[in-house]
Amino acid sequence: MVTARRTVGSKPVPRRAAPAGPGMVSGRVALLVATRKGAFVLRGDSRRRDWRIEGPHFLGNETNHLVSDPRDGKTWLLAAKTGHLGPTVFRSTDGGRNWNEAQRPPAFPKAPEGQQGPAIDRVFCLTPGHASQPGVWWAGGVPHALFRSEDGGANWELVGGFSDYLAGLRAKEPARFFPTPGGAITHSILVDPRDPSHMYVSLSTGGCFETADAGATWRPLNEGVSADFLPDPHPEFGQDPHCVVWSPADPDRLYQQNHCGVYRLDRPGVRWERIGKSLPAKVGDIGFPIAVHPRNADTVWVFPMDGTKVWPRTCPGGRPAVFRSRNGGRSWVRQSKGFPERHGWFTVFRQAMTCDAQDPVGLYLGTTTGEIWVSGDEGGSWRQAASHLPQVLAVATLER
Amino acid sequence: MPVKIHLSSHVRSYTGGQAQVEAEGETLVEVMADLERRYPGIRFRVIDEQGRIRAHMNFFVGELLVRDLCHPIRPGDKVYILGALSGG
Repeated sequence: MVTARRTVGSKPVPRRAAPAGPGMVSGRVALLVATRKGAFVLRGDSRRRDWRIEGPHFLGNETNHLVSDPRDGKTWLLAAKTGHLGPTVFRSTDGGRNWNEAQRPPAFPKAPEGQQGPAIDRVFCLTPGHASQPGVWWAGGVPHALFRSEDGGANWELVGGFSDYLAGLRAKEPARFFPTPGGAITHSILVDPRDPSHMYVSLSTGGCFETADAGATWRPLNEGVSADFLPDPHPEFGQDPHCVVWSPADPDRLYQQNHCGVYRLDRPGVRWERIGKSLPAKVGDIGFPIAVHPRNADTVWVFPMDGTKVWPRTCPGGRPAVFRSRNGGRSWVRQSKGFPERHGWFTVFRQAMTCDAQDPVGLYLGTTTGEIWVSGDEGGSWRQAASHLPQVLAVATLER
Repeated sequence: MPVKIHLSSHVRSYTGGQAQVEAEGETLVEVMADLERRYPGIRFRVIDEQGRIRAHMNFFVGELLVRDLCHPIRPGDKVYILGALSGG
């Protein structure tokens, strides 16, 4: 059982007022699919059964994220790079019909003469800002960096407070920020819908961090989270969160799919509880993505992968399945109807599983083998909506 | 004096599809600054924010592979900005 605490470290943190919460959305759903070789749009029919593929957009570009702006319904941002060219952000203000490149893409400041400075290798994630701040977007970089735009993604600035904070931690513990095979990833930028200055940002590796002043100052939020790849498996920071989400119905409820298990945190508590231990032992609780129900904070889905022995990072036993909990992670139900019953050796990356806000909720995932799978009944059954796409890096919904 | 710059297909979206363009400068730094003025956005795709040529792009001056952007450019030089043999 999770017990909410009233403090963060030594500082009392008031519990924020409950949000209005997202309403049920009724309408057509489109999927914005970012792949290793370009972006695609899948448009569903009214029953979310048949899907029409549009694209590719930016064929040949590694597109890490394609996201629409829920505040205006027409702005899309896309994070791209190619095997040769550096990273950038493309913008559309007409729902993907026409695109322009950011005038000043995310980049580090130039280092003083004679010093080696970092260079951005990839824009990994794009997150619309708070509803009260139209035009504000956030971006997470590789290597670790947080960027902010105030003009709809045309011009980006490094959030110096975050970089300075990380530099201080690195000076103290240089071995806590390993790059992953995909680099040192900044991801899971969560903006509190009740307070634009309150945010969470996560690093692979590095951990989950929180700011209450729009990024000026930060604190780690990793208590209870394992890091079994470090000599000290319970450090203050240095963990490897793969994906951190909050419940739209209750932003004080956080879930985390970590390199070392599935966790839940109820704020203002600070200690994560490992809820993945209640998944079947032969499946384990390792994976990349996690998704939470838009209207029920206790309902959450994971897509486990094989994290045993040499870490194959494939579906355990070659049997793809989503696992759903309806009680905040105390128990889980396997949801595999429609998936291959055997020889399904893919996995799903951290930004490649999401849900919509329809009733019943639709679930969507994209695989490392270029397939898009959809469920129109909250994971009860699955249909393949696309195959033979490039490796899927991210999936986001667009609802009208 | 303008120098001729040959561009591989990777960056021609910035030049309206042109494979050969002109820019001015006495070093590659200056040439790239002028190229950026003429074709906004092209520089950052091939040179990072610290002034380093991106790992999978190659710059040639004549037949010479150049990694130092301070390399001088002389009248009549041909500059090639080409994608390296990388991919996957």
